Amino acid sequence: MTPDNDKRRWRAGLLGLALSAAALSAHADTRGETAASPQSPARTQVEGQTQAPPQESATADKRIALSNNYAGNAWRQQMLAAWQAQTAPAVKTGVVAAADAFTIAENQPTDQAAQIQNLILQGYDAIVIDAASTTALNGAVQEACDAGVVVVSFDGIVTAPCAWKIVNDFHAWGREQVDYMAKRFPDGANLLEVRGLPGTFVDDDLHQGIVDELKHYPKLHIVSSVEGDWAQDVTQQAVAGVLPSLPHIDGVLNQGGEAYGVAQAFRASQREMPVIIFSNAQDELAWWAEQHRKNGYQSIAISNAPGIAVVAFWVAQRILAGEDVPKQLTVPLYHIRQDQLSEVLAHTPKGSVADQIFTRADVEKLIQQTRKAAAPGTEAATAPAQTSAATPAPAQEPKP
Amino acid sequence: MTRHSISPRKLLPLISFSVLLIATFALQERAMSYLGLNLLFNLTIPIALATIGQLLIIMVNDIDLSVGAFVSLVACIVSTLLVQHPWLGWLALAGLVLAYAALGALIHRFDLPAIVVTLGMSFIWGGLALVIMPAPGGTSPEWLRALMTVKPPLAPMAVVAALLIAAAAHLLIMRSGIGTVLRGLGGNSRSVARAGWRLSGLYALTYGLAGVFGVLAGLTLVGLYTSSGASVASSYTLLSIAGVILGGGEFIGGRVSPIGAVLGALTLSLAGSLLAFMHISPDWQIGAQGAVLILVLAARLLFTRREALL
Repeated sequence: MTPDNDKRRWRAGLLGLALSAAALSAHADTRGETAASPQSPARTQVEGQTQAPPQESATADKRIALSNNYAGNAWRQQMLAAWQAQTAPAVKTGVVAAADAFTIAENQPTDQAAQIQNLILQGYDAIVIDAASTTALNGAVQEACDAGVVVVSFDGIVTAPCAWKIVNDFHAWGREQVDYMAKRFPDGANLLEVRGLPGTFVDDDLHQGIVDELKHYPKLHIVSSVEGDWAQDVTQQAVAGVLPSLPHIDGVLNQGGEAYGVAQAFRASQREMPVIIFSNAQDELAWWAEQHRKNGYQSIAISNAPGIAVVAFWVAQRILAGEDVPKQLTVPLYHIRQDQLSEVLAHTPKGSVADQIFTRADVEKLIQQTRKAAAPGTEAATAPAQTSAATPAPAQEPKP
Repeated sequence: MTRHSISPRKLLPLISFSVLLIATFALQERAMSYLGLNLLFNLTIPIALATIGQLLIIMVNDIDLSVGAFVSLVACIVSTLLVQHPWLGWLALAGLVLAYAALGALIHRFDLPAIVVTLGMSFIWGGLALVIMPAPGGTSPEWLRALMTVKPPLAPMAVVAALLIAAAAHLLIMRSGIGTVLRGLGGNSRSVARAGWRLSGLYALTYGLAGVFGVLAGLTLVGLYTSSGASVASSYTLLSIAGVILGGGEFIGGRVSPIGAVLGALTLSLAGSLLAFMHISPDWQIGAQGAVLILVLAARLLFTRREALL
């Protein structure tokens, strides 16, 4: 070996040292930031909403992580904000040691699987997942379960049997829309159905709810159905395209997020405004309120509240505390009635979505209800979803 | 003959990998265990295989922009056809390898630019994948899932698999007679032709072998993720090219290093984990991965200059 060769090795070693030094110092910096950030923005909003029952200590040293696949729309932004607002006080009061949220850069199941495996390595005791894929994360989820990590999936759920699933009852969403129309139009009505992204679980389930409930009301007819992809612009185009060929429309059934587009299409066609079922997007709620002021327009709003992330958080906390929680929980849909509209709207920022805040007590009640509903039946695994939905949504007032 | 003195340029992949690994262990000691190493590296196995596929193509002075789409297509076939009709599935996979070989022959028979042909093919593979699997889903064949979750003694599956891939690729490309000829193809194809080889046959062989590694990547991917989708491996194209370059390969001249390429693939995913452990927002992680790549390339340039001066 020549001395020159030696020198080169030295250089390589130096470079390596420099790299790792840079890595370590960067680490120190970010630690400081992340430790400081979770508390500040949320504190003011949620004073006194988390009570401190005696059995806190059980999870005081437990760390919970949120693995989120996408943050690019108002619903997801609100979901992350709700997580932050509700979990920060829980960390502060020592209910859990940490509740960190992580969103992957691109909505790819491969990235999220790697993220979940990194979270396992970081020693989180529970991972709460809004999944990029119902099936492609199952390998990573299984790794987590094998490592003794509690996995709770919500909204975008995973099918791995070891994971808990927090779902909305989309079937009930469909049924409730039809029920409202039947109440508004006891003598029969022509309905237009706007459907969501084709092929998704949500679209199928919601549509099936509508179809099933319509069997009870032979006087209600769906005269046409268009695909709106849960997007205003797509919906407006689709509805405007089909309107000229349709008879008088009395009501429009929606899947959430597209009501404003429907209203725009009807206004442009000079037709009489039908009864449109709303969801929780701020723009459509604002339009509804304005119409109500002008001409007494009446409707209802049904949606899935982004606060479901917080339900998943408390479920994970209960499981870590050793409670026996049913594997599937159905979160009630979020209803906004006419008399609540102005108050909800006042608390919903422009371009955002209205949210329902679930407290720890709400979640404990939900777990108990589900357990009770499951107890008498034989099929414990699937029953809760149906039974808890069949009972009218519990008196959980939205607390925006 | 300086065959046995290893230049630092060749050691660079090992050095950069070791630095990142030590930093990772320092940050997260849980990673320093049987389970930890497996979690750290198991998702890299399909990427390492795809990287070897890419390396074969780069070795003959071409570049393959269809790796990601091809691996996705393989994954779609594996998670549907191979589960329902195993024979038909294997037949389809063999057909894909043959298609790759034919592509190689075609590119060189008509002197087409590989970058354009493979870019075009990526849309064909992607389209086929969508036809087979319009929405993500599917399941993994039982044996494949068992293979990817096997717990060998001493070292975890991910480490054993990485060693196996590196060793097999090294023997095939660096040590075997045909491997030497194929490397010669990238170095000086005319002299290989003068030695009496049929070039289009050799190119077909190279591409066919790349296809085999692509199929292996798709198989291991499904075994790990338990399902697939038409764009499940879309990031593999760039990752595989980066892995080859990080591992000491050159775009021209048949200068490649299979062991380096496997290390390169591992380094890239390690960089991602390290950044996650450092609590750097994922928005910055892609950029940071790029920074690692540039750093290593800059270091290599430094060494190459020194070598040239001597």
